[in-house]
Amino acid sequence: MNLHFNLRATFGLLVFATLLLVALGAPWLAPHDPLAQDLMAASLPPAWAADGERAHPFGTDTLGRDILSRLIYGARPALIVALAGATLAGVVGTLLGLLAGFHGGRVDALISRTVDIWMSFPAVLLAIVLVAVIGTGLLAVVLAIAIIDWTRFCRVVRAETQAQARLDYVTSARVIGLSPARTLLREVLPNVLPLLLTLFTLEMGIAVVVEAILSFVGLSVSSDMPTWGGLIQEGRLYVHQTPWLLGLPITAIVVTVLGFNALGDGLRESLDPVLRK
Amino acid sequence: MTDKVLQIEHLHVGVPARRDEPARLLLRGVDIDIRAGEVHALVGESGAGKSMVCRTVLGILPAGIRVFGGRVQLLGHDWLALPEPARRPHLGRDVALIPQDPQTALNPAHTIARQVGDVLRLHLKLDAQQSRERSADLLAAVQIRHPAQVLAQYPHELSGGMRQRVLIAIAFACKPRLIVADEPTTALDVTVQREILRLLRALQRDEGAAVLFITHNLGLVAKLCDRVSVIHSGRIVEHGIVQAICDAPQHDYTRALFAATPRHDRPAAALQPIAPAVTERLLAEARAYDAQWRPQPPPREAQRG
Repeated sequence: MNLHFNLRATFGLLVFATLLLVALGAPWLAPHDPLAQDLMAASLPPAWAADGERAHPFGTDTLGRDILSRLIYGARPALIVALAGATLAGVVGTLLGLLAGFHGGRVDALISRTVDIWMSFPAVLLAIVLVAVIGTGLLAVVLAIAIIDWTRFCRVVRAETQAQARLDYVTSARVIGLSPARTLLREVLPNVLPLLLTLFTLEMGIAVVVEAILSFVGLSVSSDMPTWGGLIQEGRLYVHQTPWLLGLPITAIVVTVLGFNALGDGLRESLDPVLRK
Repeated sequence: MTDKVLQIEHLHVGVPARRDEPARLLLRGVDIDIRAGEVHALVGESGAGKSMVCRTVLGILPAGIRVFGGRVQLLGHDWLALPEPARRPHLGRDVALIPQDPQTALNPAHTIARQVGDVLRLHLKLDAQQSRERSADLLAAVQIRHPAQVLAQYPHELSGGMRQRVLIAIAFACKPRLIVADEPTTALDVTVQREILRLLRALQRDEGAAVLFITHNLGLVAKLCDRVSVIHSGRIVEHGIVQAICDAPQHDYTRALFAATPRHDRPAAALQPIAPAVTERLLAEARAYDAQWRPQPPPREAQRG
């Protein structure tokens, strides 16, 4: 494989690798138990501030819990939701999009109208309602993301499949006697893949944000598992006294989403045989 | 059994009637016979229906275009009556296509090895090792100099001429009885065109495959083909042995087509555009044909006269 330096892809890969490491190594990386309260050391500012303590690099919250440890543990639900949510939404949306784009006619009409109706629901409200119905927990959040966002994949994959299906190589595949299903999965899908990958990483970013929103309104995982959205929600109350409580988890989310998006662009370039030089 | 590989009889293809417009014919009763091992040219201007014939034979008519009538006998099968899954085992094996545009006919996402190998694995049930070896042989047969290297490449890394060679290799891979060549050199440079045609003719002789050679270039027909059918507005206006037609074209349109074809034995200034009168007459005949042609049984209500 040709490794050419790509700033965005490198940044994205770095963010993704860091997140993976942090999520997996949380028990060893975190300096404190993320749930341990220490009221004597409550609301400590970060270590670099005048009255910060070195034991709590990012300070503590109002209950004296270590912010760094909570941020580290918060990477776990973020990563799980990003990967599982985007995968589930991607698989469902891609299959339906391929079918609609390739078959056209009634199949296309049915799937496309469903997508139109689906997308006219406000996504965040739908997520909240869904989680309220399915119940809370990580699995429910993943399901909610897939149920809401499969349309994103479906629309793009359908349009791309339609464009690809008109190309001569698809006719060639039919003319050498490949079945429609095989033509679709083995000839068309690989050409949709680079685009799909970009969508996937974008969706990972969106999933992180949706999870944060659900945590923020208290509908994600139970409160004994720290999440970035939960941290924001807690920090919001004391934004004037302890602004870092709000700023740090937001930074974590922004960097993660930025990284995922950059990763998508970079991967697309290295997957596409024409873009790949 | 006859020695006819392909027999097209009275083929009618067109766009079915819609709410606000009547049915439109694209092929008006085309008859073509192709014998085993012969190269049969189908000559005509763009829009004459050449590609419709080729697409009907291969079962890849564009959406919205239907076969209205006629028969296609391919290798003893009533081809048009065969459902699509029943045709599939023959496609790529007994009948193959050399497409018009080598730029787009290969899948950009797969290596050449994969695309040549596909047809071998599908029809000849070769395993990976066998198909690799056979693919290299096939590429060597189309005079690609470094088969191993080309097999590992993607289509965008090859020139147009190389891609067309690869497509020819794929077409000949399973030793088909009939090859449909849909203007196989139109998209290529003139210098490359000659090489490709020479190659095609040589392979065709070696393998004994019949070729339906679709072209608008009468100059090629004389060099390459055994028999020829001239098509205009979806009708065969003249057909016969190439030599006879080149020497003494019977139909005005064929004569006009010859006069409009550049030849090295006369100055370019001698080229004549096809006279509007000839085209006009053919179009009028086509209209007259449409007027008497009935897609459905005629309406019960008699015309008042």
